[in-house]
Amino acid sequence: MAAEDAPPAPRRPEPAATSDSPVGSGPPARTRVVLAEVSRRSRWPAGTHTELTQQTRVGEALVRGLVRAQLALALQLSAVVMVGLGGLPWLFAIAPSVGRMTVLGVNLPWLLLGVLSFPFLVAVGWTYVRLAERNEQDFTDLVQRPER
Amino acid sequence: MGNDLVVPAIVAVTLVTVAIGFYGLRLARTTSDFLVASRVVSPTWNAAAIGGEYLSAASFLGVAGLILKYGVDVLWYPVGFAAGYLALLLFVAAPLRRSGAFTLPDFCELRLGSRRLRTLATVFVIFIGWLYLVPQLQGAGLTLATLAGAPYPVGALVVAAVVTANVALGGMRAVTFVQAFQYWLKLTALAVPAIFLALQWQADGRPAVTPPDGATFRTATTVVVEQRAVLTLADGQTLEVRPGDELSFAEGEPVPEVSGVTNGATDWLLPSDAGSDDRGLFGTYSLILATFLGTMGLPHVLVRFYTNPDGAAARRTTLVVLALVGVFYLLPTIYGVLGRIYTPQLLVTGQTDAVVVLLPEAALGAGTTGRLLAALVAAGAFAAFLSTSSGLLTSVAGVISTDVLGRGSVRGFRLATVIAGVVPTALALNVSGLDVSQVVGLAFAVAASSFCPLLVLGIWWRGLTDAGAAAGILVGGGAAVTSVLITVLGPEMTGWPATFIAQPAAWTVPLAFTVMIAVSLATRRRAPADIGRTMLRLHAPDALHS
Repeated sequence: MAAEDAPPAPRRPEPAATSDSPVGSGPPARTRVVLAEVSRRSRWPAGTHTELTQQTRVGEALVRGLVRAQLALALQLSAVVMVGLGGLPWLFAIAPSVGRMTVLGVNLPWLLLGVLSFPFLVAVGWTYVRLAERNEQDFTDLVQRPER
Repeated sequence: MGNDLVVPAIVAVTLVTVAIGFYGLRLARTTSDFLVASRVVSPTWNAAAIGGEYLSAASFLGVAGLILKYGVDVLWYPVGFAAGYLALLLFVAAPLRRSGAFTLPDFCELRLGSRRLRTLATVFVIFIGWLYLVPQLQGAGLTLATLAGAPYPVGALVVAAVVTANVALGGMRAVTFVQAFQYWLKLTALAVPAIFLALQWQADGRPAVTPPDGATFRTATTVVVEQRAVLTLADGQTLEVRPGDELSFAEGEPVPEVSGVTNGATDWLLPSDAGSDDRGLFGTYSLILATFLGTMGLPHVLVRFYTNPDGAAARRTTLVVLALVGVFYLLPTIYGVLGRIYTPQLLVTGQTDAVVVLLPEAALGAGTTGRLLAALVAAGAFAAFLSTSSGLLTSVAGVISTDVLGRGSVRGFRLATVIAGVVPTALALNVSGLDVSQVVGLAFAVAASSFCPLLVLGIWWRGLTDAGAAAGILVGGGAAVTSVLITVLGPEMTGWPATFIAQPAAWTVPLAFTVMIAVSLATRRRAPADIGRTMLRLHAPDALHS
């Protein structure tokens, strides 16, 4: 998988042996990055990865499953935002009395949009990162299993 | 406005920026150092740098100005600017980093293997980059003119020259340090004066933001009109004013209603109603769509993701950015609201974008505290111009050097930087009347209607073809670009056509998605043969990537 280790060449990341290649005699900082990737590689039995990259039926199904799970997660959380935030202009429009309510002397729309919307967005983002990483963990567990 | 501390503060910010740039220059030696910071930037630095780069003149000055002018409806600007990072996190961040694409044109070629599509993407990257650079330079010109009395071109030229030299000499690693520093500077520059302003407001006996009889002048004020407008005075008389007219108001006199500005307390305080204001509602949703989906398509935002070591780091970095940006956006609202009390004259002059820089002295007086805080805010504003322009220039120059000049050398990158900097400077010197936030909003709309569908479908849908992607970008992005050109150059319009053109995203984004999907389905045979491999690369956990 030399192509995936390729250095960040600006044009396209394919070329494996340009002058910037970390495989060569690069500065120490860059060598460290490569070493990290090498040590990571050793955790993975050779067969697992081959199964996925050789486009076997099993590998293909596994990847499709992962993509579907991640997409479903992203869509569900964007639905939460669409209802939670996107519903507000509509709510204020059809029920103007909601917009006139005040909490602690501040009008509700100002409080919702100007203050509370930001922690809400961060909370959704935090949930996503946790669940997406869990999906990936499930995937790696699944890939690892036949090797045991 | 004779604040003698403003110019030293601006000079200090500029010097520190250049100094950090030169420190970076000593470290940057190879092309890879220049373009992607050699991938050794830590996630915390990276997140602060992304935040620093993202918070532009539109965020620092424009949002508060819009809130002063239009009230609660424009709170969607900061919310959308922040939510754009959530959309980026959910749909793009990790797979894009794993794809190995450095720029949007790179992504086109990696995913769809088409050189022609790459060229089309290049054109759009340059257009969006320049469209976004012009208001930054404009903001610099206006700020220096307002605070230091310098002629408008001076500020624009200073920022353009500093940024071009810094990017050309230091490249992106230097820029990363500069940006991270500037995030914290911008946050401080708004937060510290905001605390003083809030205390002053308490000390003044908490004057009502929306007094029942409308806004009044707190002190005797002379206003020099800068934009044509029709004023409605308190006694019902109307008065047409032209730029250069001087108006004097006594203490306690009500602020006249200005055409095109939300002045009435209720309209300003409350969201637009259905039925009476369907066009306002359409505009709101269009704005939400443009800002939510446009962020991922901005060239200077994407380029940053390559400096993350892997996909999981890209996701975590994005989450930190979302938090940093969210904290920042709590502040402009305070300035916009207090501006109703302390700087109502801006509603008459039309220079509402100046509220952030004028408010400290207006509220706290011209004593040492007021002048120091005004200088701090001016320094923060300059940091905003410098950082966003640097990021935009780096990405536009990167695309020009690899795709237009066709060489990957350091010299090529430097030449490209100069080319990328000269064009928007020339434009900024010739258009001074445009609304900073409006132009930025249009850049978001173009990005949302061209690159957002390309990225989302390219990452999640196996059926996307090069023909479909090109058709979607041309039709959706083209419609948005046309709207931009009509808004900037065309005649004034009224009614629904004006709404469709001024806030195009609500129709151009669905159009782009529809065309991209339909044409891809019609050209199904052109789908890349190695799509399975690409999907594995984009979505497989990082540990499997070696």
